[in-house]
Amino acid sequence: MKVKISIVGAMAAALMGSSAAFAGDVRVMWYSDGVEGEVIKDILDRFQKDNPDIKITLDNVAYKVVQEQLPIQLESGQGPDIARVTNIKELANHWLDMRPMLSDPKYWDDNFGSTANWMRPDGSDAITGFMTQLTLTGGFANKTLFEQAGVAIPGEKATWDEWVEAGAQVAKSQSLPAAFAIDRSGHRISGPNVSYGANYIAADGAPAKVDDGVKTFGGKLVQWVADGKMLKETWVAAAGSTYRAAAEDFINAQIPFYYSGSWQVSNLSSKIGDNFDWVATGSPCGTAGCSGLKGGAALVAIKYTKNPTDVVKVMEYLSREEIVKEFSERTLFLPAHKGVVDKGGLKWVSQDKNVPAAMDAFVKAAGQTLPNADALPSWKWSNAYYGALVTRLSQVMAGEMKIDDAWARIDQDIADKVAQAK
Amino acid sequence: MSAGASLSSRIGAALAAPIGWLAAIIDAPLKIWQRATGTTGMAAFFLAPNMLIFGVFVLAPFVINFFYSTTSGNAFFLSDRTYVGAEQYARLLDCGSYLDTSTCREDLFWNAVHNTGLFVLLQVSLLIVVSMITALILNREIVGRSFWRAVFFFPVLLSPVVVGLIWKWILQRQGLLNSVLFQFGYEPTEWLTDRFWAFAAGITVSVWAHMGFFTLILLAGLQAIPRDLYEAAEMDGTKPGRMFWRITLPMLMPNLLVVIILALIRAVQIFDEVYVLTGGGPGTSTLYLTQYIYEVGFASLLRNPGLAAAASILMGAVLVVLTLVQLQIGRRNEKKGARE
Repeated sequence: MKVKISIVGAMAAALMGSSAAFAGDVRVMWYSDGVEGEVIKDILDRFQKDNPDIKITLDNVAYKVVQEQLPIQLESGQGPDIARVTNIKELANHWLDMRPMLSDPKYWDDNFGSTANWMRPDGSDAITGFMTQLTLTGGFANKTLFEQAGVAIPGEKATWDEWVEAGAQVAKSQSLPAAFAIDRSGHRISGPNVSYGANYIAADGAPAKVDDGVKTFGGKLVQWVADGKMLKETWVAAAGSTYRAAAEDFINAQIPFYYSGSWQVSNLSSKIGDNFDWVATGSPCGTAGCSGLKGGAALVAIKYTKNPTDVVKVMEYLSREEIVKEFSERTLFLPAHKGVVDKGGLKWVSQDKNVPAAMDAFVKAAGQTLPNADALPSWKWSNAYYGALVTRLSQVMAGEMKIDDAWARIDQDIADKVAQAK
Repeated sequence: MSAGASLSSRIGAALAAPIGWLAAIIDAPLKIWQRATGTTGMAAFFLAPNMLIFGVFVLAPFVINFFYSTTSGNAFFLSDRTYVGAEQYARLLDCGSYLDTSTCREDLFWNAVHNTGLFVLLQVSLLIVVSMITALILNREIVGRSFWRAVFFFPVLLSPVVVGLIWKWILQRQGLLNSVLFQFGYEPTEWLTDRFWAFAAGITVSVWAHMGFFTLILLAGLQAIPRDLYEAAEMDGTKPGRMFWRITLPMLMPNLLVVIILALIRAVQIFDEVYVLTGGGPGTSTLYLTQYIYEVGFASLLRNPGLAAAASILMGAVLVVLTLVQLQIGRRNEKKGARE
């Protein structure tokens, strides 16, 4: 039974969402991790110069605004005309299907087709936007610390155990608090889980029960924390599904190995500077492969726009091959455009000698992801799985829950989320 | 009258004149209004702005929150949510044993309830004792008394987030405290990643942050105790400890009761400084009710506003009970004061 309290809904909508643009205007909601806000402004300024009849307003907002306020605006039929978002699948019902208005839908299918499902409702062929950056989870090693410890950096096919063991040797030699750290995020451990054979998705598309792959890598994480090999505070010093990055510990040379993702390259480059040499390592291997997990941010058109024609014009301009290439090179983001990727030869704009090698390593690692990992970005229950994994494994690491109980709780938590959404 | 006084008197009169004119302008319609509505109507008229604000910002959200607690689903707006009656409450209260949270369906909620209960018990007890001792010391003729009063009150002026960050810098692995301990040859302690120390740190920081406020209330109570009671006791040769139990504590009891109730209410609502300090960890050992509600309703990857609303209604019920106790105590004190 649906309750109909439309007055309250209307009041809240009026209070919360009022940023929809008028016809002739195109309002873009954008957040930045690094320099991409400046780069997109520069690119949009050029578009504006060539198209004086379209007035573009770029709202640079905090990521939290995109995560917490944009969904509320969208639910009330408000919001910007274009937005840069990461929660692209769950909010897919709010995106505009540009296919009927695009001058060349085939260009979009050909170049962005592999990620199009990530941002459209299941079963739809809508073209709603494109990935501004493709991210890939992967590791970083502090080359200087490894050299100082006289420990060889593990090779391409090294397993997680080998990486942790090597890191432990470095940590012991250099008196560091831990061998490695991994961001406190279900997304981050899902690539490694898949590398040990995990499959989150059941045959009917619903969440599968926690399997041996998840249990293997999850069990390893718990053991590494207990052994003092994995930096305890990143995972243990928080409750729930709170995100915690361990980048600062790597930047401060407190850990020789750090598992995060390609989006950290710019951050590490700017903060580490000349303090030490570092390399991107791709993902360590498990029993099933050496998979990271793809993801990223997308630029999507919002279906509540009063100005779809101009919105499509802006989106077509930003999705051009030369623009995507320029954006990727200047922001140090992996492109999601097939043409750009296939042609290669990206000239990463950085003075840091560590950066081009790191970006190339991530481009190479992108080809090693496993199908079970590639399915997750477009699967609507990914976040339910990620949140349950983080919450329960942290409890085990803190010593307040047994690991077998945690697996049962994870299954229950995910089932609750599925039931809640019905 | 001096020239200065005359000048200030004239300035005062000049400033008062416009107020008088304004009062005269307002007075006429008010008189008409009072004749039409009577004294009760006038009271309602003056209360209306306050009640309007109360209604919009307190009562309406409470009612909306209650409706949310009877719905389910991911949708944000009530009109899009599914009515499920008391299902969210049943889910929260579904427990094999309320003392064993692992038997509860919503074990995190009950972890938060247990943590909050223990926190309230320990933090309020410690807060009262520390505030009392501090107030007793500051009530004495000590050197730099005003300075020390300001020092103890200063943390009250800080934002809870600032309090949390300051103590995080002190207590984290490479923080100030571990650095000092290391200088003296001690191994670093896991203040924020060990369940016991993290819980203790939350209590300590909270007491540090709030004791100034309660010290001030108790100090005011101490200064209101007639000195002649102590002088008479001294003449009778009463020992200081006995004076505290027989004079200070009974005379301070009205203030102390208010302090206890206020401290209880604040402790039940604990969130910001501990959230910044520990994030609710390690595990869920510093996860308190308010953070649970925040996590479930707003911060988790798939929000559940209905469950969060139900938890907040249950927490609100506890706070209402505490407030009623405070009101009851206040009334009893008033009656007692009137009799005396």
